[in-house]
Formats: sequence, C-alpha cells, structure tokens
Amino acid sequence: MTIDAKGLHFADLNREVRESADETIDIENCNGQRYIAGGLSGKKLEIHGTPGNALGSYLNGSTVVVHGNVQEATGDTMNGGEIVVHGSAGDATGYAMRGGKIFVLGNAGYRSGIHMKAYKENKPAIVIGGRAGSFLGEYQAGGIIVVLGESEDDKPLIGNFCGTGMHGGEIYLRCNKLPARLPEQVRAEKLDCLPEGEAAQLVREWCKKFGKDSTKYLCSGYYRLSANTDNPYRQMYTAN
Amino acid sequence: MNLYIQPEYEVVRDESRCIACRVCERQCANLVHSFDAETGKMKSDSTLCVNCHRCVCVCPTHALKIVKSDDTYKVNGNWSNQTINEVYRQANSGGVLLSSMGNPKEYPVFWDKMLINASQVTNPPIDPLREPMETKLWLGKRTAQVKRDKKGKLINTLAPQLELKAPILFSAMSYGSISYNAHESLARAAEELGIYYNTGEGGLHKDFYKYGKNTIVQVASGRFGVYKDYLDAAAAIEIKMGQGAKPGIGGHLPGTKISADVSETRMIPQGIDAISPAPHHDIYSIEDLRQLVYSLKEATDYKKPVIVKIAAVHNCAAIASGIARSGADIIAIDGYRGGTGAAPTRIRDNVGIPIELALAQVDERLREEGIRDEVSIIVGGSIRSSADLVKAIALGADACYIGTAALLALGCHLCRTCHEGKCNWGIATQRPDLVKRLNPDVGYKRLVNLVTAWNHELQEMMGGMGINSVEALRGNRLMLRGIGLTDTELSVLGIKYAGQSM
Repeated sequence: MTIDAKGLHFADLNREVRESADETIDIENCNGQRYIAGGLSGKKLEIHGTPGNALGSYLNGSTVVVHGNVQEATGDTMNGGEIVVHGSAGDATGYAMRGGKIFVLGNAGYRSGIHMKAYKENKPAIVIGGRAGSFLGEYQAGGIIVVLGESEDDKPLIGNFCGTGMHGGEIYLRCNKLPARLPEQVRAEKLDCLPEGEAAQLVREWCKKFGKDSTKYLCSGYYRLSANTDNPYRQMYTAN
Repeated sequence: MNLYIQPEYEVVRDESRCIACRVCERQCANLVHSFDAETGKMKSDSTLCVNCHRCVCVCPTHALKIVKSDDTYKVNGNWSNQTINEVYRQANSGGVLLSSMGNPKEYPVFWDKMLINASQVTNPPIDPLREPMETKLWLGKRTAQVKRDKKGKLINTLAPQLELKAPILFSAMSYGSISYNAHESLARAAEELGIYYNTGEGGLHKDFYKYGKNTIVQVASGRFGVYKDYLDAAAAIEIKMGQGAKPGIGGHLPGTKISADVSETRMIPQGIDAISPAPHHDIYSIEDLRQLVYSLKEATDYKKPVIVKIAAVHNCAAIASGIARSGADIIAIDGYRGGTGAAPTRIRDNVGIPIELALAQVDERLREEGIRDEVSIIVGGSIRSSADLVKAIALGADACYIGTAALLALGCHLCRTCHEGKCNWGIATQRPDLVKRLNPDVGYKRLVNLVTAWNHELQEMMGGMGINSVEALRGNRLMLRGIGLTDTELSVLGIKYAGQSM
C-alpha cells in the first residue's frame, strides 16, 4: 500500500503502518513524522521525504529504506532488521542498538552508535559512508561501526572523543592517519587493507546498496579501534 | 604501606555453648569461621566479617553474637572512627569508596517528625473489620474527557491504568544486582498480592515473562535487555532517569557479576562490565524525554502507562512539572535514603534530598499548576513501615515503592556489602551455592505476609481517621501534624504543627 503522509499526525501515520495487512508499504511526502516503524517486525517500508526523530526505534526485523535524510535517534535500541538511508543521518543514530544493520550513504551526526551491544547472534552494525560527528561509539559494548569517510572537503572523518568508555565491539575508520584525541580506553590498530571478515562484508553490502565500487573501499587504509581490555574501571573502587 | 584497620564489629563466640558443628564455617562466604583441628575448637577472624548475621541466625546453639568493637581512636567529635578509616582506605588504595544499600547517616527522618490524625466524637472512626475499607487504586493519567458516540454511549478516552490492590509496589532491583531466586520471590509475591514488581535495568529473565501482568520493565540509559517482547510483556514501562542512592551517576555491574544467565537476560557477553551511563545520551531536555516516552508508547500501541523515575534533588518540583507535561503517566521519585547494589559512598551519603520534602514540593507544584491529574506519583527511598506509607499518601503520593523493606523480608540484614557479591542470604549474589539459600517458595510468602500486614495497618489507620478509601487519603495533609520541626520545614512539608487545629 501507499500512504500519503502529507499533513498526517505521527500517531495516525504509525497506526496505519501498524494495522496494515500489506507487507510492503510506501510512504510518500514524509515530513518530520516521528517514531515511524517503532518496534515493527516483518514489513518493508520505503519512505520518500524526511522522517522525524526515532525512526525505527526498537525495530524488530523490518526493512526501512529512506530516500532522503533522517533525523535524530534513528534505530534507537533497534533489535533486528535493516535501515538504509540514501542521505545523511542526525545525532544518536543507532543508540543502544542490539541487532540489525544501519547503512548511511552520507554523514552521521554526534553520538552515533553510543552504547551498542552484542549478544550471541545479535550483532548490530552501522556503516556510515561519509563522516561521523563527535562521541562516535561512546560506551560501545559490542557490534561493529564502520566509517568510510567519503567527503568532498578535507575534514577529519570523525569528531572528538570517539569511543570514550568503550568496553567491547569494534570501530573501523577508513583513513591513513589516526584521528587525534582518542581516549585511553581505546586501542588502535593500523590495517593496510580491510581483511576478510564481518567488516569487509558490511562494506560490500554498503557498496551494493548504494552502487559503489567495493574494491575502492576494501583496499584502503583503515584503523581498527577496540576496547583496551585492561579493565580501567575496576581499579577505581575501594570497598567501604 | 597498607595501614591495618581494626574491624568495626567483632564476632563473639560463647565457648560454653559452641559444639564445633562447623555450620558457621560452611555458611560464611566471607570465610570468617574456621575449625582448629589441634584444639578441636572453632576460630573466627573478625577482620573478614561484614556483620550480616548469617552465622548468628543459623547457629543451632545460639553461641554467636556480633558486637560493635569498643576499640577506638582517640575520641574526636569531628573525626569519627569511620571518617578516619575512610581516609586510611583511600590512602591505601587510591580508590573511590564504594558502598551499598541506602544512606546510613544520621540525617533527620521527617517521617518520624509527622503524626497522624484520628477521629474523636464528631467524625466517628471506622472499624475495618466490619466495614469496607478500600485500598485498591489505579495509577495513571486522570484527564479523560467525556466523549460520546452517535448513539450517546461513552467512548473510553481514559489513558491506560495500573490497578493495585494495595498502594505498594516493589521497587526496581535488577537481575544481576539481586539473584534469580530474589526476583522469583518478588514476581510471585506481586502476582499473589495484585501489585507490581520492577525489573530494574537488567532485562527480564525468560522464566519470568509469565508474571508480565505484574511486572514493570525498566528502560534506562544502558538499555539492557530492552526489546519489543520485553516491552510487550510488561504491565508498564519505567524510564529510569535517576536513582535516589546515586543521583546524577549511572550504574556499573562488574564483569564478575555477569554470569551466563545474567548475560542472557541483559543480552550482553558474559564477564564484561555492564555500564549504564549517567545520562541518557538522547535526553537533554523535557522535549527529548517526551520523545522517549512517545517512542515507547508508539512501540506498544499506547496500551501501557509510562513511568518516569527521578531521584529526589533540589529542583525536583520543576523537573516533575516538566515530566507531567512530557506525556508520562506516572512519576516515580526516589529519596536519598533509597537502596542500591553499589554506589560511591560520597554520593550515596551526600547527594539528593529526603523523599518527604521532595514529595511535598512536587505534589504542591503540580496542584498549583493544575496538572496533578496528568500523572500519578509513586515515591520510594525509604518507606520503612505502614506508618511511613500512610504519611506519604497523606503528603500527596498515590503509592509507594518499597525496596529495602522487601529485601529485609527476604532475609537481608542490611550489612551493606552487596557490592562484594557474596551475600550470605542469597539475595545480592550470583554465586549458585549462595543463591540457593533463598528459597523462593518461602521468600515469596514472606513478602506476601509483609505487604498484607502493612495493608491491614493502613486500613486501621485510615479507619481511625474516618477515611474509608485510600484515594481519599491522598494529599490529605490535614491528617498530618509536625513535631520538632522548624517553620521552614513545616512550610516545605505544607503541614501544621502538632496542637494547631484544622
């Protein structure tokens, strides 16, 4: 079915999506409606326009493709499924994700992938084509974040304080110079080329979705960031 | 140089009673007791004792007691033994002092400075044994507008409500901070009592989904265990913004407490630390809070009340006003005496304000602004008895959270060493040999006993005031009088002084 979202309140739009028997739903003229696809499973949404905050929060196995930009908190606490953004994403993209994948063609805002976590087969992933803002992967406990750093100007591909409080998971940054001001809890490892594995597979998926040449992105210098496992927190306490 | 610190409590054994049966040795996870084969006698090492009274309770001949040590540094009104020892501990280790359970300091307890009214002559008391006395209530928004369909029938516009048979809920305690058996006891008691228990930020164990209609699930900054099924299973969803024991900071469950089962419930790998950040990284304002409230409502089809829990802090009346406008159905406020599985000592003992004062101010502010019916109010942070409960309701609460009192019912002796994870009572531990000491069949019954007893006492006190419904007691501050309070305290609490008439 196709829903014309023009002038629709988010509650009405989302109810229509929830109650629709159709598996595939197109939303036209989307203009800032929040919470689209919240907790949704088993559906495929194509959104034209700009969905509002918390798109696909608690997403539970649906596919959401956005032809446009997305706003804040996309995929908040997402559990499964896929969000594909043919544009850029706002702040807190993939906050506390526990599963599923988010692919962003352009840039992502501040605090992306904060507190992502993984458990067994639930392993969330975010691939950002352009740059990511400050605080990327703060408190990361699991999952994979890849930043490809494609941009027209020459700015660094991440902002400040990347991975503060990180205690699990991995971040791959496609760059040849380690970004400044990485916190102590983060260990950085230089890679001349992306080795075969989950990250390479994610980059291939990203290339396929956005029609890019994967060799360019795979055979390129990366830094792999992971948690410094010396457990810096436990030392801080004294039983009283 | 590590300075020796004399233990605060000493284990005293009555040799004439001790039969060297070694029960104390087997029951102490702190390894205080041991058997000396040479002398055939039991020995004890007080430096390891946390004063949990497990050995005292299980000793078949009552040969043991724990006494406060009379060893003391030179007595000093400013530098107490405790204060001096804390300096030594930090000089030894360089660490942040870590404590558990609620603030034990001798701050004023305002519950103990309020007295309850009773009817005499003009307005007869009611005997709850022979007359109906309603303690059932509902929590949620009461702002429904009367709307009718074309045939004139009422359209239900009431927001979802939580029905409680008594104005008591078990407060949030996560699986991880407390044991499986403790959670099972709370869940089964809540079901039998027609009230609710709260998962805390630890996810919901797969075995406990069946208690969903009596479960409040928590969504906190770490979002542990949060997903669609978890939200769908619950009767209500609580967004945790703060906790009375540690306002302004997050949580940290050490990797050693993340057992296989805890890991599955929280959905994080085994053995790695679980960190709940201090803030929600998507909430910087009331507008942002509103976004989380509505994302949860959207994900659960507006079928469940959303609670927002905050710690009682200086500005909580204004914050509560914001929460009431955020779309939340219920505000929970946690006072500075509330318990915790672990908190930095300095924060536990110095941050936040008493729940009595916070509650009075929040209720007053919401009434002044005409939005009291937008939300129900639950308060916690040391409700120790049915008397505290009655006073809280009269000050303006709809219901109360109890945490410490519930743990005491399960056997906790308030040794305040939860952070060590070696709870001899099987409550604040994940060690299987310790967890099995708490039998949920017994534990749940003790919780049912406690709440049933309090509810009877509540009915007695309500009857005495000539009030036959707990909803008529709510915010009825004329039923309270202060004793030993200053004018400022009376005005913050919004009550008169004992002896002043209506």
